[in-house]
Amino acid sequence: MRVILKNVEPAKKASVNGFVNYALVLMAYLLLQVLIGQGMVSNAMQSLLVPVCCYIVMAVSLNLVVGVSGELSLGHGGFMSLGAFSGIVAAAALQAAIPSAPLRLAAAMLVGAVAGAVGGVIIGVPVLRLRGDYLAIVTLAFGQIIQNIIMILYVGIDAGGLHLSIKDEASLHLAEGGVSIIKGPMGAVGVTKLASFTAGTILILITLAVVQNLVNSRAGRAIMAIRDNRIAAESVGLPVTAYKLTAFVISAALAGAAGALYGLNYSSTVSSKFDFNTSILVLVFVVLGGLGSIRGSIIAAALLTVLPELLRGINLKEYRMLLYAVILILVMLATNSPALQDLFHTLFHGKKKKEDAGK
Amino acid sequence: MSEQNKSYPKPKLVPVPSTNIVPERDVDKRPILECRHLGVDFGGLTAVDDFNMAIGRTEIAGLIGPNGAGKTTVFNLLTKVYQPTRGTVMVDGRDTAGKNTIQVSHMGVARTFQNIRLFGNLSVEDNVKIGLHNQMRYGTFSGIFRLPRYWKEEKVARERALELLSIFDMQDMAGHQAGSLPYGAQRRLEIVRALATNPSLLLLDEPAAGMNPSETAELMNNIRKIRDTFQIAIMLIEHDMNLVMGVCEGICVLNFGRIIAKGTPDDIQANPAVIEAYLGRRKEA
Repeated sequence: MRVILKNVEPAKKASVNGFVNYALVLMAYLLLQVLIGQGMVSNAMQSLLVPVCCYIVMAVSLNLVVGVSGELSLGHGGFMSLGAFSGIVAAAALQAAIPSAPLRLAAAMLVGAVAGAVGGVIIGVPVLRLRGDYLAIVTLAFGQIIQNIIMILYVGIDAGGLHLSIKDEASLHLAEGGVSIIKGPMGAVGVTKLASFTAGTILILITLAVVQNLVNSRAGRAIMAIRDNRIAAESVGLPVTAYKLTAFVISAALAGAAGALYGLNYSSTVSSKFDFNTSILVLVFVVLGGLGSIRGSIIAAALLTVLPELLRGINLKEYRMLLYAVILILVMLATNSPALQDLFHTLFHGKKKKEDAGK
Repeated sequence: MSEQNKSYPKPKLVPVPSTNIVPERDVDKRPILECRHLGVDFGGLTAVDDFNMAIGRTEIAGLIGPNGAGKTTVFNLLTKVYQPTRGTVMVDGRDTAGKNTIQVSHMGVARTFQNIRLFGNLSVEDNVKIGLHNQMRYGTFSGIFRLPRYWKEEKVARERALELLSIFDMQDMAGHQAGSLPYGAQRRLEIVRALATNPSLLLLDEPAAGMNPSETAELMNNIRKIRDTFQIAIMLIEHDMNLVMGVCEGICVLNFGRIIAKGTPDDIQANPAVIEAYLGRRKEA
């Protein structure tokens, strides 16, 4: 029997692979800037640029939990929501302190990341000790809980600082000249739009750096080892829960930053924007792009966010979402077919395969 | 009376090794592993009972017995995959009561598994580096921001991993995916990974399973080589009697969860209880 040894990318090749991802993002950014300059991108498409960036960050960060750590999380939208609303509040509160818009956006994203990380710790500490599907169940509930808490949350600001209430706007007791930022079921209103495509691209690059460097380090190896075989990981003395939590919290923090960017891209945001469907949508990006494949997540998130808009262009308005679903199914089938996998393999690693066959 | 007590202080009483046997060269050192009256019940079933054993610092010990005798259960008790119902396990003189698998690994116990448990999606080199994990010190933060410590320690780890792989001549396979290796190589990689944790006691669960006679002979040499180079104790479960009798210094025979014989390979081969456990009793004529 001939045994085919599958070669794994050595560390050097893996870092080259990482640089390809940075280059891909930068080139897409420059290309789009040129096209926008030429006036070749429609307004509808331009309005999608920031959401695409947010969803790419969401997909890459969820890939850290689902692909790298091997846990199913169904509440990624919840962390996005935490980041969005805390980012909006932070941006409003810092209006006077940081006059520069880009710096305020950065501060808001940082606050969003911290909020996401805190949420990640609160969920992760009790749940990651369990095995099996419990994380999926609890994160699913977490997404719903966050959505409903923000639904009843009122936040206002005046000269004295932030005011919170879970009753109504009047009980905020705002002083003269105070404004309410989050108005319960109406969500955040009157948000100053700070987000930009450039900021989104920078966030993607930071996310890529964090996730790729983590995966190729001691902690990342440990996280993947725990995914591959928990009992063996324990037998070599890896602190299993601590590393699962590390992956989960980093992922939640990145989702929080993406949420802040998303929230500051619109003048108003409601909490139902970040519901179960958003979490599933991001999971679809990850699964379609390939578990553990960072580049796959980027491409899937970008294409699938733009796809409904592209389908709007062709004269099939009523069948838009139907087509979207059909395309999803086709991609699933295609990526699972051995014949097509072989084709991809020869396309991308053509030489290597011939060498193997020659042996 | 009380004055007398003061002038003649009573010494602290310490337990002494009992009927346990270890190789003569290890007798003046504390045994690396000592089990006393170890036992575990699963529901109403007593899987292991009254298991007493000591292993010397540099001993190669064997644990044999018919199928279902409880050999792997003993390994699982030693590494705390199961918590014992009764009895004590001392590793290097320290009680392991209340400790979990991870803590026992930190105390210097490493193991391989009967059904191979590698990190199949990772490379051979990464599998060994995960064994080295607790000897590396840089944190998650240094890893993400690629601080100098990251580069320094990763370089050392890579060299050490290749050095360990070279014990089994596997350094050329470092880049291969662990799950795609041939069966024998996977078994050897598991041993290397266990060695990478810098253990003082190595537990091998059927290391020769699935190997052909020449591979088994090579494994035998390697087990001795590992003991001599690293000066550690090795305990192995094995069904291949050539390997057990050839390499083990002390052998312990288990049947129905109880020890039926202990001694040197020659003692064991001549022991009627062992022959009965393996072959059955001759009908009285």
